[in-house]
Amino acid sequence: MRIAAVLLAATLALFGCATTSSESASGVPAAPDRSMISVFDPDPFPSTYQPYPGVPTVIRGATIYDGEGGQIDNGMVYFADGRIQAIGQTLDVPEGATVIDGTGLWVTPGIIDIHSHLGNYPSPSVAAHQDGNEITGPNTANVWTEHSIWPQDPGFSRALANGGVTTLNVLPGSANLFGGRTVTLRNVPSRTMQEMKFPGAPYGLKMACGENPKRVYGSRNRTPASRMANIAVARQAWIDAERYRNQWRSYRENGGNRPARNLRHETLAGVMDGEILVHNHCYRADEMAIMIDMAREFGYTISTFHHAVEAYKIPDLLRENDICAAMWADWWGFKMEAYDTVFENVPMVHNGGACAIVHSDDQNQIQRLNQEAAKALADGRRAGIEISDAEAWQWLAINPARALGIADETGSLVAGKRADIVLWNGDPFSVYSRPQMVWIDGALLYDMNNPQLRPISDFELGQPGEGSVR
Amino acid sequence: MKKLIALVAAFLIALPASAQTVAVTGGTLVIGDGSEPIPGGTVVVRNGRVVAAGANVVVPSGAEIVDATGKWVSPGIVGGFTRLGLVEVDAVAPTNDTVAAGSDFSAGLDIAPAVNPRSAAIATNRTGGITRAVVAPGTSNSIFGGQGAIIDLGADMDAVMRPRAFQFVELGERGAARAGGSRAASFAMVRNALDQARRYAANPNAYGGQTSDALLNRVDASALVPVVQGRVPLIVHVEQARDILNVISLRANYPRLNLILVGVSEGWTVANEIAAAGVPVIASALNDLPAQFEQLAATQSNIGRMRAAGVQVAIGMIDDNDAHQIRYSAQYAGNLVALNNVPGATGLSWGEAFAAISSYPAEIMGLGGEIGSLRPGRRADVVIWDGDPLEVTSNVDMMLIDGVEQPLTSRQTRLRDRYLSIEERQLPQAYEW
Repeated sequence: MRIAAVLLAATLALFGCATTSSESASGVPAAPDRSMISVFDPDPFPSTYQPYPGVPTVIRGATIYDGEGGQIDNGMVYFADGRIQAIGQTLDVPEGATVIDGTGLWVTPGIIDIHSHLGNYPSPSVAAHQDGNEITGPNTANVWTEHSIWPQDPGFSRALANGGVTTLNVLPGSANLFGGRTVTLRNVPSRTMQEMKFPGAPYGLKMACGENPKRVYGSRNRTPASRMANIAVARQAWIDAERYRNQWRSYRENGGNRPARNLRHETLAGVMDGEILVHNHCYRADEMAIMIDMAREFGYTISTFHHAVEAYKIPDLLRENDICAAMWADWWGFKMEAYDTVFENVPMVHNGGACAIVHSDDQNQIQRLNQEAAKALADGRRAGIEISDAEAWQWLAINPARALGIADETGSLVAGKRADIVLWNGDPFSVYSRPQMVWIDGALLYDMNNPQLRPISDFELGQPGEGSVR
Repeated sequence: MKKLIALVAAFLIALPASAQTVAVTGGTLVIGDGSEPIPGGTVVVRNGRVVAAGANVVVPSGAEIVDATGKWVSPGIVGGFTRLGLVEVDAVAPTNDTVAAGSDFSAGLDIAPAVNPRSAAIATNRTGGITRAVVAPGTSNSIFGGQGAIIDLGADMDAVMRPRAFQFVELGERGAARAGGSRAASFAMVRNALDQARRYAANPNAYGGQTSDALLNRVDASALVPVVQGRVPLIVHVEQARDILNVISLRANYPRLNLILVGVSEGWTVANEIAAAGVPVIASALNDLPAQFEQLAATQSNIGRMRAAGVQVAIGMIDDNDAHQIRYSAQYAGNLVALNNVPGATGLSWGEAFAAISSYPAEIMGLGGEIGSLRPGRRADVVIWDGDPLEVTSNVDMMLIDGVEQPLTSRQTRLRDRYLSIEERQLPQAYEW
């Protein structure tokens, strides 16, 4: 909620009102003036997500990775009212709490996938469902991928039950230099996108480097047809957005004619104001360095490089610029810019002091991100990079939470945060382990041992194999 | 890094000639035939073949001994369905030999000359424990892709172990599209092709395959002769229950067809029929989404349920990074073992799961006597692992193919070593090699 308030206030300060500040002197957001918001609603598709009810629960005797690098053996976690209440070696069990014996089991924060196309490239992947790329121009910063989300994508349920994924960031595709806005979702079966939307999570902007934009537009005899044009077109977009941003600033400070709104510029201006986080698809080390310079030129920052297969070549650059690298454990060879993959990429980035994240970009691997992290961890150790299991869980938890601007709410097992918890039936870095129970905001939404606690999307209802464990 | 070098050095105990007798002792031994692992087992190889493997195998005097105490020893993994060696970079067309959209030929294509033993994918998958693979062409203008091969992943130029080992055909949604837009068209096409092959076989010189009437040119007809006669297997890609049964029923008219199904996401819903027909399956292990309408019933329990019904089933990778990530085979097999703990799901025992990526694909391809297990007489494809080979955290310490020790370096390991430290240096990274 805090994020929501700050975001709303900051956005209003920028766009909302010509004559008054919407922030009080104390920095606490003033009550929004409806007449001003009606001029410019920064949140026209607001989250309607409501946590489902849970029961006060204590898990005891489990191995706990807290998601921030800490480990408690034979530890306890207590959650109630949707929030983590306490975590520690020993806790007093509150009266009436459900107690789960976690002996031999593992407890982790729910996995956060920072790169997913569930909902905008759903299953079945028929032509009618291809809603992730607006391939009509290299700058489609005006589109918001939340408007492509199909909540009935069966992939959400697999990510929950098989993968322990509780939060995911869905991005537009990489056909365009500016693909549009991303959306962060709670992985809760819902009728509408708004019911899944993570309350208060900042928007992201999907940007892309390299082969995809130049291939898509070059093949149509349009710009960009080269890497140099990728940068030229992107810089021009920032220049145009900067002018737009100045027009609105002038209007806000001096009044006059209200500038016409432009959704494309609006998103880029939001980036320059630090309210919208940049998620930049970029494979090659040299191109990441160029993107870092371009960001500096226009005064914005990059949250995360996605698909950063060459991040291992520049952990120093990433560390110095405070940019996360979201990576696969081992994808390679599918295109030229994915040729230099090393299977130690994730641990090498971590070892270099930069923020490492394991992402999926895939409706199948999102079901096994724990295994993907395990592979990278093991390969790193074999190369002499010693990282503990608990430390490595950051790649799936607090690191993506920070990169998405939701770390105050989720991403680790800290008192006060949302009770997004996975109980694993064994070591989660083993191929033989599966989620046993998954809670989102303290609501038990998957239980391996209870056939009823397993979502089946509308699409699958009445279809062959409907009730089958997937 | 030091640790790594030490580890590798420990195994570089000069295995000069495949003729020498080598005994790998003390490790947890996997035979690969579906049996469970044997603690402290021994495998003896000589002249490129397995002499003996088991718990109480006597080490011949004079044998070179490789101590695998604390490690696991298994047969090499057999990629059940792959495009290994056909592709360097998928999106770089000149390096991608999986399909031939501009060719007038289909069933007649032979992918053997396309297999590149020096492709990075060969070396990289070798580091993942893969020693052999079923390599299939893709399809483009026809339901038929052509003739696939069985290869080994040895570091030499002699990769193709058996060329023209099978014919590949698409008869699901993709087959319908290739044939012109419907399953009626794809089944008409396959029936016509098999009929024409019979005509061709009866009298090759009289064959009018160059006329538009026959719809099958001479080259393609000739390639289908051993298929319709049952001498070469026909690998059929289908996913949906309806398509599976339709393919099986082709045998009513073509009784000698040696059918192998690949993909088969909905196989579990007609498992009894598949088992009764005695048709083996190379299934995708973890497909659990309705990725297409032909896969509505997809579940990770598919293989386990088919196996329980008596179907001969192996793990394959069709359309799943099948040119680069056959290394995933062991991970997939491990996931099937994990399913045993999920109520309502059906997995495989550990021994069966390993066999699904070793002896079962070998047997399905008619090569069970040659590869896929450490039973006596098989080719000495032996892998020493630093842990349970189905576990995602395990890696390969040593590999023999045909008894010859294989290098375990690749472009990836070289790049890793170059960048393992990015500290300031006297010269650029480019000088480190």
